[in-house]
Amino acid sequence: MTHYLMSVHGPAERDEFGNYGSREQMEEAFAATGAFNDKLRADGYWVFAGGLQEASTATVVDGQGETPVMTDGPYLETKEVIGGFWVIEAPDLDVALGLAAQASKACRGKVEVRPFDGLA
Amino acid sequence: MPDRPGTAAVERVFREEYGRLIASLVRRFRDIETAEEAAGEALLVALEKWPESGVPPNPGAWLTTTAGNRAIDRIRREKQRDAKQQAAFMQYDDTPHEPTGPVEDDRLRLLFTCCHPALAPEARIALTLRLLGGLTVAEIAEAFLVPETTMAQRITRAKKKIAAANVPYRVPEAADLPQRLGGVLAVLFLIFNEGYLATGDGEPVRVELSDEAIRLARILHQLLPHEPEVTGLLALMVLIEARRRSRVRHGELVSLPEQDRAGWDRTLVDEGLALVRTCLATNRPGRYQLLAAINAVHCDAPTARDTDWSQIVALYDRLTRLDPSPIVALNRAVAVAELDGPEVALSLVDRLPLTGYHAWHATRADLLRRLGRTAEAKAAYASAIAATQNSAERAYLSRRCGELV
Repeated sequence: MTHYLMSVHGPAERDEFGNYGSREQMEEAFAATGAFNDKLRADGYWVFAGGLQEASTATVVDGQGETPVMTDGPYLETKEVIGGFWVIEAPDLDVALGLAAQASKACRGKVEVRPFDGLA
Repeated sequence: MPDRPGTAAVERVFREEYGRLIASLVRRFRDIETAEEAAGEALLVALEKWPESGVPPNPGAWLTTTAGNRAIDRIRREKQRDAKQQAAFMQYDDTPHEPTGPVEDDRLRLLFTCCHPALAPEARIALTLRLLGGLTVAEIAEAFLVPETTMAQRITRAKKKIAAANVPYRVPEAADLPQRLGGVLAVLFLIFNEGYLATGDGEPVRVELSDEAIRLARILHQLLPHEPEVTGLLALMVLIEARRRSRVRHGELVSLPEQDRAGWDRTLVDEGLALVRTCLATNRPGRYQLLAAINAVHCDAPTARDTDWSQIVALYDRLTRLDPSPIVALNRAVAVAELDGPEVALSLVDRLPLTGYHAWHATRADLLRRLGRTAEAKAAYASAIAATQNSAERAYLSRRCGELV
């Protein structure tokens, strides 16, 4: 079994409907994602998942020096950022890619699948 | 008295057995790196022993056993054992090395891994040639005109991804097979095409690449005899290969109507024609089957004049429905020229968005030449020559252009 991070990338700036287009479409995406999450749990792939607040709410901390240095905003200033993610456990990449395709359809976004080197 | 082979002979046997050897070691140890190291060690033992004792009766079995033992020794020695390798070591598996049966499936499994859609297309080709074809990194780099270090990095990166992301060593399930099989066939066809008409300015025809593609296609066909596209691809390669000796003369490409048909390999033509009949009988037409059928019509004609062009155009029409790409339209136009004349064909060709493609310019040049539009033909030949690096093709186009008055 391998653990994979499935991350969803989307525009850094969100509008009132989270870039889904309209309230209806946003609600549909939430419902589809909820159903996908239930299926992940039922099928035993689920480890952890969550949606993230806008990238502008992030703070970068560099604690390598004597006093930690805080910087407002995300680490990289990019147009596309991670909007949410799943951590799953799957027998191999083919299974993970199949789940990512379902995840992408549910959340209406592209999903990056990346294996973990280890999980604490 | 056993035959005592020299180094070259041992290396030749090793190369012939390489794909099978690696595939069975990967199945057993679930790790490409381990398999390659063990195979390399087995080669060293063979180089030491075979010149004395002769090549064993079943060299593949000998290499598999030797490599397997070396891998286990290595795992024993290593204190930090990878859980995966330890598991393989615990389940001692000494499946005999046979030319048929489950061992053949090992190669099929590894082929699907090498051609996995999660790998970049150029990595799929390189990995297939390295692991199943047994070509060295230097040979693959040379074939694809990239520095050896670049090719080594490409292969290393792909192997690392397979291990880290846990790409399975498995033939996909029936539902996914047609789609995944498409990727495998595309890799084999690209390897074949690079051999058939090399893109670079080196050797115009790279026999080792087309031979390797045919060998892998034969294995695939043996393993999946009822997949008509697999049969179609093999038929296509075999029919093109049959004409190889007549295709280049004095370093110059010879066009199909000008080829000496007596120089075609009759055995391969007959094999190809039989394969075409078999796959078309299943009535599940696909791209490779139709391309093979078109080549079968060419190979079936005793002289160029006897070619059944209406059948070829009809086959291209069917192909267009499956693959409405401009390249298919260009090839169809070449056949239309024979049926309806160069003027009709030229109007089809001129519409295609292929101005960067050498064959588009070459086709236009030929049609303009036949229409007596000499100045335009010369310009088109010049564009075609500028768009290809293949020396045999350049020689052919230059001669044709020079003949214009």
